Amino acid sequence: MLNRETATFKRSYAEDMALYPLPLQRVTIAVIILVAFVAFPFVASVYMLGLANLIGIAALGAIGLNILVGSTGQISIGHGAFMSVGAYTAAVLSSRYGVPWWGAILGGGSMSALVGTFFGIPSLRIKGLYLAISTLAAQLIIEWVLNHVTWISGGVGAVIYVDKPSVFGLALKSNLAMYYFIYVFLAIGVVFALNILRTHIGRAFIAVRDRDVAAEIIGINIFRTKLTSFAISSFYAGVTGVLYTYYYGMANYEAFNLTISIQFLAMVIIGGLGSVLGSILGAIFITLLPIVLDTVLGSVGRMFMDAAAVASISTSLQLMLFGGLIMFFLVVEPDGLSKLWRNVKDYFRVWPFPYL
Amino acid sequence: MTEDQPRLIVEDLAKSFGGVLALSGVSLQAHPRKILSIIGPNGAGKTTLINGISGVFTPDRGKVTLDGRPISGLAPHKVARAGVARTFQNVALFGGMTVLENLMLGRNSKMRASVLSCGLFWGRAQREEISHRRQVEKFIDFLGISDIRKQPAGSLPLGLQKRVELGRALVAEPKVLLLDEPMGGMNLEEKESMARYILDVIETTDTAVVLIEHDMGVVMDISDQVIVLDQGVKIAEGTPQEVRANPTVIEAYLGQTHAA
Repeated sequence: MLNRETATFKRSYAEDMALYPLPLQRVTIAVIILVAFVAFPFVASVYMLGLANLIGIAALGAIGLNILVGSTGQISIGHGAFMSVGAYTAAVLSSRYGVPWWGAILGGGSMSALVGTFFGIPSLRIKGLYLAISTLAAQLIIEWVLNHVTWISGGVGAVIYVDKPSVFGLALKSNLAMYYFIYVFLAIGVVFALNILRTHIGRAFIAVRDRDVAAEIIGINIFRTKLTSFAISSFYAGVTGVLYTYYYGMANYEAFNLTISIQFLAMVIIGGLGSVLGSILGAIFITLLPIVLDTVLGSVGRMFMDAAAVASISTSLQLMLFGGLIMFFLVVEPDGLSKLWRNVKDYFRVWPFPYL
Repeated sequence: MTEDQPRLIVEDLAKSFGGVLALSGVSLQAHPRKILSIIGPNGAGKTTLINGISGVFTPDRGKVTLDGRPISGLAPHKVARAGVARTFQNVALFGGMTVLENLMLGRNSKMRASVLSCGLFWGRAQREEISHRRQVEKFIDFLGISDIRKQPAGSLPLGLQKRVELGRALVAEPKVLLLDEPMGGMNLEEKESMARYILDVIETTDTAVVLIEHDMGVVMDISDQVIVLDQGVKIAEGTPQEVRANPTVIEAYLGQTHAA
């Protein structure tokens, strides 16, 4: 029942490389898929589905950003802008040229990958904080271009409205339909990222992050590796932007500003750098925490004072608690929520013999 | 290519760092199935020489050729792909990765699967992972590290780390193997087994080994040729016996008075 490796015998290298080699893991994954695609959509309210959709989109973006920041060690504060590249590409393609959803997804992802790779070129020469500033420049440049080049954004307000995607002639108008749309892409994104990280490309990422000099000496082309990481990561960002556009029904550059870039970095850091599970946990944490805080503060507050007084202090208190909780979790476990989960797993792995 | 033709030729290699002449015109030849040792006091330029061969810096003067092909001035990853593998004086393993992943990284430059193939883990990516794993497992057997293959490399004791690093260089099936103090910080037993592995390498493959080592016992025991560096200059060259008897070498190591 527990997550134990004993008594599982591998007979081929393929079996040893399996993503989920243990029976318990396979059962867990099957249960998660059943809950996510069958049980949850039927019990959840429209509001809960809306939240789940936001979490799903954020998780996809966080996974992509984590490949770049967590696994390859290249920081990017421009990811919000890379998302907007995907968003506007999809919006232009679908509203102006009538391209279907799959074309918009691929086009948005590819365009964002191109732009992201271009802004990744400075990573050959600069690292760390310096790279952060150079990607910040990317954020500002892209925001400006989207706002001012009328050919892209269509003029005042720079907002482009798009229709909901229609799959097999069925327009995905409800939150439930969008839920399936989004979570299929999230599932693909999760598997793709896990696979990338266990093959030669992922190992090169980690090698470049940990010791770039040694990586180069054993034959890894550092520049190419970094650019590959930028390309994959911003492809994810582009698809995230397209999904946001479809979900909200419009592309708006203000929805992808610097705050969003930093929020995604926060997801990745709180969730756990270099971990796919961590990206998802981080996305859940950052998306749900303000809402949970709001609900809790609201209901507790109304026990003691009237609604107007609660509303006046709740907003600022919520922000303070939000910041405080982020700090709390980072102090408790600097390696993020995924590490907390791993600790629990490791505890039960040897339970009841913790001295093993 | 015949046995007696040199695999690696270094001609007149020179490098200075901000006025300090680290290497001034050193030449050497390394032959397949032979061990060439480089010895010399601290700061003699031994590691600089190895760095020059593996492309860490561009030399001020001189050239390096591998099987007749010039490799000096190439980027390090291109030198590695041309067939030069090395280990580091201070072990440079990827500590967070397992021993197996470290060894697989040694073959990374031979893997060509595309991002799409890797992301789907289908087709070429899967075939490559399995076929390279099979090759890597041969070296895991050879080095006797099969029981630690899933352990993080950073958690291993130094002796084992050095062995894993040798493995990471070997899995690339290099034409030239540069070993920078592979026995530094080891006890006698570990040194003996490391010497055994190095001898096995030249017996079972046609690699040319270039070895930097401070332990004179080991150097004199296993080397075919020895080069002595002092202050960036080659002061002696020859078989271990010739070098041991060379008065210049004794002087460099022990000082004027003892030599007299």
